[in-house]
Amino acid sequence: MQNGWKRYRPKFLEHSEQTSGMYKTLFNFRRLWKQSIVITLAVALLPLFTLAAVDYAISRKAIESELALRTTRLVSNLRRSLTSYLEERVFALNFLILDNSFEQLSDEHRLKQLLENLKSGLGEWYDLGLIDHTGMQVNYTGPYNIRGMDYSGQDWYKNLQYKDQETYHDAIAMRSNISDVFLGFRMTPHLVISVLHNDHQGRHYILRAGLDIQQLSDILSHHAELGDDDDAFLINQEGIIQTPSRHYGAIMHQFPLPVPPFSEQTHGVEGQRSRVIEGRDHTGREIVTGYAYLAGTPFILVVIKQKDGMAVETWRTGGNLLLFLVGSVLTIVAVVVGICTYLVNSIHQADQNRLASLHQAEFANKMASIGRLSAGVAHEINNPLAIINEKAGLIKDLFTFRKEYAADQRLIGLIDAIISSVDRCATITRQLLSFARNIQANIQTLHLRKVVNEVLEFQTKAASARNITLDVDIPEELPEFSSDRGKLQQVFINLVNNAFAAMKEGGRLSIRSRLTDDGARIVTTVRDTGCGIPPENLGKIFDPFFTTKGGSGGTGLGLSITYGLVTELGGSIDLASTVGVGTTFTITLPLNYHADKGDAQ
Amino acid sequence: MRVLLVDDEEELVATLAERLDMRGIDATWASEYRKALAIVEEQEFDIALLDVRLPEINGLELKRLIEARRPAMKFIFLTGHGSEEDFNACSAESGKDYYLIKPVQIEVLVAKLNEVCQGPGEQG
Repeated sequence: MQNGWKRYRPKFLEHSEQTSGMYKTLFNFRRLWKQSIVITLAVALLPLFTLAAVDYAISRKAIESELALRTTRLVSNLRRSLTSYLEERVFALNFLILDNSFEQLSDEHRLKQLLENLKSGLGEWYDLGLIDHTGMQVNYTGPYNIRGMDYSGQDWYKNLQYKDQETYHDAIAMRSNISDVFLGFRMTPHLVISVLHNDHQGRHYILRAGLDIQQLSDILSHHAELGDDDDAFLINQEGIIQTPSRHYGAIMHQFPLPVPPFSEQTHGVEGQRSRVIEGRDHTGREIVTGYAYLAGTPFILVVIKQKDGMAVETWRTGGNLLLFLVGSVLTIVAVVVGICTYLVNSIHQADQNRLASLHQAEFANKMASIGRLSAGVAHEINNPLAIINEKAGLIKDLFTFRKEYAADQRLIGLIDAIISSVDRCATITRQLLSFARNIQANIQTLHLRKVVNEVLEFQTKAASARNITLDVDIPEELPEFSSDRGKLQQVFINLVNNAFAAMKEGGRLSIRSRLTDDGARIVTTVRDTGCGIPPENLGKIFDPFFTTKGGSGGTGLGLSITYGLVTELGGSIDLASTVGVGTTFTITLPLNYHADKGDAQ
Repeated sequence: MRVLLVDDEEELVATLAERLDMRGIDATWASEYRKALAIVEEQEFDIALLDVRLPEINGLELKRLIEARRPAMKFIFLTGHGSEEDFNACSAESGKDYYLIKPVQIEVLVAKLNEVCQGPGEQG
């Protein structure tokens, strides 16, 4: 796992950059990487978050107004059901008072019969009474003995009378009144409906009926649109609860919230009879209250929905939104980090290549300067050397040819010493000249064996000093081939130097060349018995500036340049290494090399 | 064998001539090209040993001047400089083998002179 990360970890992350000097990098890549990621992420994510927030607000609002709409609809449906239920009862009493004369109603049996009929046709009727124009109950049927009771002082009675005097002129029309719910003697909640009638003789009288509220409660509590947590009930205009409520108190108790204000909209205009108030109830829960004043009754229909229920829906929508948001953010982050890493890594690589070519160019330049210098020095030294050589030779000749001193071994020895020293000097200057010549050379026909030997000539001293065995196996039969002698030389110089640096005393450096089976390439292996390269470094060994030599002056460019040179020569380089056993570089070079790229330099 | 030696280093060329004389080779020397040409006008030589870099003229030009007067003559170049131009020019002119770098051992020089003189001269 760690190894995998190491392999894919972008190189610029662990690369310590040079920030000054000739080989300074163009950018601080770590900072460039961080900056581009942060900026791109900000630009990509900010609109996303904004949109998400706006969308959340909008959908929350939509849900809220949906809730208000549902409340309104529920209030309006309930209002219709309740109103028609009550109107039905009023109409029934109206029918009775029109269908029966005062005399008929005054008959006890008849009244009893009518109550029975009402009960069988329209449910929970309680009792039935007749009140004459003086306010006296003249007939009654029901569980109580309240015949003869005087109602003239009671508000509802006065109310009926008052209305009558003010506005009522039609002889056969009637007035009705629905009372608040009260418990009565039986302590069961009921309400009273009264209808007033003026007969042809100008008498007016009132039919008064008690009604159980059970059906009314059922309408309110069993409505299909009523949610589990919703509350629908009636209160009167004083705020006394009239039908059972789930959360806001028992019947006949005070409604804990203020009575909603009356307005035209809650009463009159068709289709807009209910109003919705948002707020908190007495326990602090967020609620939506819908209400309607029921026309012709003292009742206010109240529907209360808890916002907690809505929160579930908000959460569901918000949850989807959040899921989408998290998914988008993860995708964007992954893509941005991936692309930024890739791009910065590419720039980093390009920069490294730039530095490497810079270094290579400088290196080539340096080599050319050394070449010119050594050629000049060699020339200047060769002439006086030649004179010394000839003069010493002449002296030796003179002695040898005249025989007088031929036997003087000491003299001959001295002269031979001079001549052999001159020879040694000549060998050095010749090597210098050959080296210089080869640096300047371009493509030419050459034999690999010669190239390798030229390189090793400079190393034999170092090799024998460190007791390193040089083992060259390049067959004479290998064909000559066209290549850039200077570059090839540099390749071998670098590889041999590298091998020498890796080996301790008594190592062995083997260079061995073979023709491939198809005869198109020469494969050369350079094998040392050095310290080897740990596996984690194998992939980086050709990277510019990668060095393990630390303080000992390695630039980390030798093998990078070697790699570049071999590639330039149309070949390839590979390596295998075992720590503690040694390293083998394998160079494959084509026999036919056309220097398309080489000419450009 | 008659040899003409041309080199601006008088000390070198005179000594070399004397040493060749000792080995039975008839060597004449000149330290500048006009004198060399004058000698060629008067005498016949089998071979000339020319320095590549002479004042006023280079060895290759001198070779052509001499060749114009003595077409049968053969040439060996001698130089203290191993530069690319010298090497390429001399190789083209006379073949790689006829190019020697100073300082040269007398035995090598004598062997080379013999080789060039007795070799398949008709080819060049």
